[in-house]
Amino acid sequence: MAAAIAAGAAPFPPRALATWFHRRPLLAAWLLLVPPLLWFGTVYLGSLFALLAQSFYAIDEFTATIVPRLTLATWAQLLTQPAHLDIVLRTTAMAIAVTIAAAIIAFPIANHMACHASGRMKAFFHVAVMLPMWTSYLVKVYAWRLILAKEGILAWCLAALGLDGVLDALLRTPGIGGPSLTSSYLGMFIVFVYMWLPFMILPIAAALERVPRSLIAASADLGARPAQTFWRVTLPLAMPGIAAGSIFTFSLTLGDYIIPSVVGAPGYFIGMMVYQQQGTAGNIPLAAAFSVVPIVLIGIYLALARRAGAFDAL
Amino acid sequence: MTAAIELRSVRRAFGATVAVDDVSFAIEQGEFFSMLGPSGSGKTTCLRVIAGFEQPDSGAVFLEGLDVSGTPPYGRDVNTVFQDYALFPHMSVLDNVTYGLRVRRVPAAECRRRADEMLALVKLADMGARRPAQLSGGQKQRVALARALINQPKVLLLDEPLGALDLKLREEMQLELRLLQRRLGITFVYVTHDQGEALSMSDRVAVFNRGRIEQLDAPEALYARPRTAFAARFVGGANVIEGRYAVRGENIEIADPAAPAPAGTVRREGTIVDTQYQGAVRRWQVRTDDGELITATRPDRADTSQAREPGARVALRWAHTHMIELAAD
Repeated sequence: MAAAIAAGAAPFPPRALATWFHRRPLLAAWLLLVPPLLWFGTVYLGSLFALLAQSFYAIDEFTATIVPRLTLATWAQLLTQPAHLDIVLRTTAMAIAVTIAAAIIAFPIANHMACHASGRMKAFFHVAVMLPMWTSYLVKVYAWRLILAKEGILAWCLAALGLDGVLDALLRTPGIGGPSLTSSYLGMFIVFVYMWLPFMILPIAAALERVPRSLIAASADLGARPAQTFWRVTLPLAMPGIAAGSIFTFSLTLGDYIIPSVVGAPGYFIGMMVYQQQGTAGNIPLAAAFSVVPIVLIGIYLALARRAGAFDAL
Repeated sequence: MTAAIELRSVRRAFGATVAVDDVSFAIEQGEFFSMLGPSGSGKTTCLRVIAGFEQPDSGAVFLEGLDVSGTPPYGRDVNTVFQDYALFPHMSVLDNVTYGLRVRRVPAAECRRRADEMLALVKLADMGARRPAQLSGGQKQRVALARALINQPKVLLLDEPLGALDLKLREEMQLELRLLQRRLGITFVYVTHDQGEALSMSDRVAVFNRGRIEQLDAPEALYARPRTAFAARFVGGANVIEGRYAVRGENIEIADPAAPAPAGTVRREGTIVDTQYQGAVRRWQVRTDDGELITATRPDRADTSQAREPGARVALRWAHTHMIELAAD
């Protein structure tokens, strides 16, 4: 070993330097941490707070320019105008529905991936779950528009199965329906669930993977039937994963502006409002205020989840 | 009296590996029964077949005379103490202990009363509110025991329950488990790879090797009359001479090569390979001139530790009466 080093090129960094750092582990840790912390602090948090601060800036009604004078007018406008509140409620309702549906669909898949599949099958499942994320987001959204269209493949399949009556009934349902799936909240919901499903499956699978098999065996051994084991052991222990996944699905739905503008009913969503206010309308303070809403909602959600004991297993 | 547990020709294979191969035995009511063997010998699979975690490929399992071969674990009146304790991390000690009662919808007040009794029994009376993560290894062990015993099972299955504890705690728990078993009169089925543990605790011991039982006997009989070379070596580390006889190390004397052999003894000459000091005794490993490696265990007194270093020539001798004839493997 020593001979091999002596024969080869001098090691880099020099051994003396490595030893010097070895004796000062704290200094080494800080030297490694400071550059990424600076990057994270300025580029992520700094710009985020700069944006949020904008929501308290005033806007000159006449020239439509931003004046760095602190005011709560934008916030009052957001919270009192029914149209704005509608947008917040509509987006939140969609985010909740998408999250619940994604969790229900994701759980059995994640459970199979984590607890039953092994070796090649497990690898196949992981690739299969992530594969859709490797293609362009826009391609997928427009593909769904074709799938959901009135003469699209979904309607055709349902008609072939004699289920077109069910689709018509769903589209006639007030609130979720519309002239076709492409222009209804139901269609938008389907696309959202499709898009964010991998973000729910993977954290749940990771959480379930960490649950020792012996806990499931112990539950059965103590007399619990499979359904009791699921509600009392598996689900509580998977909760941190479900919470992590739902943060993804919830915040992605709250912030997205492309899906609501390509698929779905004409009602506005938070993401679209942010896009429009900071772009065409030039009302940066209102756009900033709208961007704070998802952060607040996620905060409330996490507090509720914590109180419900979702993180007890951590 | 019906046997507490009976296995009839149980076989369980995982792919090409036969974990349990045509095993039959019966365990009596109230017996402390150990399954002893190296890892991969089939003892844990046997336990899992009894608990219902594994289905036998063929053969049958009887619990108090009833065929339970196809019954799921939650339908069997047996409880298990797991090697890793398997305590539910999201529940308090109290909720862990009452789990078996709660899933059977026992009223809360009775759950509480029986849990208090159980926690007192395992000396954890004031620990009910803690989480498993806040307990030491020995305490977790006791919670696992209380959680299983609260269901008043016909049979308690213990899967290497003391494996993760340090030596002193192990010895304490061995004694405690034995006393508990006598007091409650429940049948214990105990899986271990530690022959000392099996000998000191059990009424009977089944020695497992490659999916089969090599010998099933009371500890004294197992030690005094091992039937196979494997059983002789695994229990008490006996020497196997010429593949046919077992001789215990403590029955082998070390003498000077020049000393004559008394009548009725067997004598072998050889060279000391290594010696190990073990406190009360010293072990001597001797390579005999016919190539066998023999271990002699002598009390470490001045007369035996007379400066014999590795490389020294010695004579080993033992009485004919100390040679135990083995069955062919």
